[in-house]
Amino acid sequence: MSVKEINFSCRLPLLVLFISAAIWLVICSALTLIASLKFHSPTFLADISWLTYGRVRPAASNAMLYGFCLQAGLGVALWLLAHLGRTPLAGRGLATLGAALWNLGVTIGVGGILGGDSTGFDTLEMPRYAVVIMFLGYLVLGLWGVITFHRRAQRTLFVSQWFVFTALFWFPWIYTTAEMLLVARPVRGVAQAIIAWWYADNLLVVWLGLVGIATVFYLVPKLLKVELHSHYLALLTFWMLLLFGSWGGIPGGAPVPAWIPALSGAATVLMVIPLIAVTVNIYATTQQIVPKTPYLPGLAPHYLPLDTRRLTLSNSLRFLLFGVFAFFIAGVMRVTSVLADPRPMLRFTWFDFAQNQVQTYGFFAMIMFGATYFILPQLTDTEFPSPKLIRAHFWVAALGIGLLVVPLATGGIIQGFQLMNPTIAPLTVAKNALHFLRVSTLGDLLLLLGHLIFLVNLAGWASGFYRARAAAAFAVMTEDLFKPSEAPAS
Amino acid sequence: MNYGPLIFLAAFFALASSWFGFVLAPQVQVGRLQQTNTLVLSLTYPTARPGLARQGLDVYRASGCAACHTQQVIQTNTVCQVFLTDAGTNQARIRALLENLAGSVEDEMILLIDHSKPILKDATPEGADDLVKALTAAGAKAYRENVALGPDIARGWGKRQSVADDFLYDYPVMLGSQRIGPDLAGVGARLPDENWHLRHLYAPKSVVPGSTMPPYRFLFERRKIEHGASPDAMAVEGDYEIVPATEARELAAYLTSLRADAPLFVAPLTVPPPPPSPATNTSQSSAGVTPGPGEATTNAAPK
Repeated sequence: MSVKEINFSCRLPLLVLFISAAIWLVICSALTLIASLKFHSPTFLADISWLTYGRVRPAASNAMLYGFCLQAGLGVALWLLAHLGRTPLAGRGLATLGAALWNLGVTIGVGGILGGDSTGFDTLEMPRYAVVIMFLGYLVLGLWGVITFHRRAQRTLFVSQWFVFTALFWFPWIYTTAEMLLVARPVRGVAQAIIAWWYADNLLVVWLGLVGIATVFYLVPKLLKVELHSHYLALLTFWMLLLFGSWGGIPGGAPVPAWIPALSGAATVLMVIPLIAVTVNIYATTQQIVPKTPYLPGLAPHYLPLDTRRLTLSNSLRFLLFGVFAFFIAGVMRVTSVLADPRPMLRFTWFDFAQNQVQTYGFFAMIMFGATYFILPQLTDTEFPSPKLIRAHFWVAALGIGLLVVPLATGGIIQGFQLMNPTIAPLTVAKNALHFLRVSTLGDLLLLLGHLIFLVNLAGWASGFYRARAAAAFAVMTEDLFKPSEAPAS
Repeated sequence: MNYGPLIFLAAFFALASSWFGFVLAPQVQVGRLQQTNTLVLSLTYPTARPGLARQGLDVYRASGCAACHTQQVIQTNTVCQVFLTDAGTNQARIRALLENLAGSVEDEMILLIDHSKPILKDATPEGADDLVKALTAAGAKAYRENVALGPDIARGWGKRQSVADDFLYDYPVMLGSQRIGPDLAGVGARLPDENWHLRHLYAPKSVVPGSTMPPYRFLFERRKIEHGASPDAMAVEGDYEIVPATEARELAAYLTSLRADAPLFVAPLTVPPPPPSPATNTSQSSAGVTPGPGEATTNAAPK
């Protein structure tokens, strides 16, 4: 099966998935910005019930998670399964329908949250009526992924396939569990909170981790034209992520039986194993071509070959390596937060929020950007119109993430110390955190700008593709018109 | 050889283990939790919230209050204190017992007379019980008091840590994850006045100067004054007055119903003294008794 056919089979569903994901990203940024501005003035848009802070914040995080992360992740997952299996994507018409259903569900869900129908559970705020549609969309998409995997022509498996295939199965499991036990037939008492924490951790750490790492394990060696440094390390990552990642998420000091947070904390600390395994593996892979430098890998892209075709490639590599770096930072922050927890300090502060942003934006979204910039030109043989704009996207996004996360994490640590000290009034603590929040608004603004550039890049690429197609179609249509004039000449 | 199915099975079990651990096991352990009895008075706890407060929980959920407020009081330690309520007649024996505890003779006299001060502080439960037993054997009356410690308790956010029992009848359980505002687990005990909450929701800065909470004016309605302004009116604008809508009343009822302060076996709290009780509450100002109006403002500040 030729690569061209595989790419053609992926074209329509991936186009829908990536472009809708980019649109959701912009929506998410706009909502985040509204939430952020409320820390500059509490009365900002306060009289509109659907734009109150408590609704805008979860709406933004749901738009980010379900609108962008899962959507782009599914796009990349389907592409990986088709490419690594050397087989065209099965059922592409239906997969596109699945993507459409998913988007309909997310739209209704985000609207529902803004309308006050939130379920009240973190990362599961979408109301039941939206979840049903979304889940149906997921099943359709996931099913074709599984069928594609089953039909693979290349029987030996690459590690990325393990990651992606497991992720495809694990999401419906955790999602149905959480929705059944929290929304459809709710369990009693704090068991609700435990299940919600378990779900959030499995989505943010395990699902995003599996798909994001699968992408770097495949794309980084491919872009560098080398082999992945160690398959054993990659397999170790896989098993450790499944074993320890899925047990995390329940914070110390929570009003639940004490063994639960204790076990969860131990698992979170053990997550340093996959953390180090991934970082070492990718670092060693880059070292196969990059000469020893005093710089961090990924921050020295000028060492990479620089002909025109590879320029785009090195651009997406930049995003991928930033993603791996953020994956490491997010993991370290998670462990720090757990280790600081016996006397709960960083809990309830902006530190955990910052950690969440590093995981979703810094790690996952950046890897998805890199993958999108790599995959889309292949699907249509159309390059992105401006490599400069891609580079601009990278720097704006990287700076934005830095400006968002560093102030929030610093402010969170200070807030943690002040919350521990009962002589400081809660109002003072809240006001001290405001300075950091206001700086982080700059990060939110930059991220919005970055996401707009991303959308512009995709739109430019799509219009280039369709213009080329229209020109081709026009040439075919008008062939007859020119023939007579050509005939006498020849 | 094709390891595919084997790998898939192993991955399945690795992930499923967490499902058994964090979904099934907690459900078996706390999902079937029943009402329990409070210490000493043996009241049933918890009881379901009254109707208006139950609906207020939905307003709390829909408005996303949990984005800024937690409902989990964290307790870092528990210590015991012993109070003497009646020295009895066997003065010599009592004084001998007190001699070990007091630094000087004056202190010893104060311990003997002033029953509002604990005679033993920062003790373990066993140590406190031993002393109570010894004093009782000598004919005196004494009791042990459990004092919860921690920054949250010292701030007056609650009298003891939050435990699973507190949330038995709530749906959804919104423990919250960020403290942009103060913890609300015991806000009903701290600020029991519904009208205060209504004023605070309408214009936070009017009751808590400098508050960073946004106003929730959409929970209030503007209506024409027909027969004189309503006593509930938050503000009067010409012919119109602003009165709390049903949602605001429900939310205020819910907030005042939040009082997770019952002494339970899992979270023992001050065991109230036997009937003739000499001012035990005042001795315990740091352990979060209902504050006076002035204190209330500072405690509830950035709501």
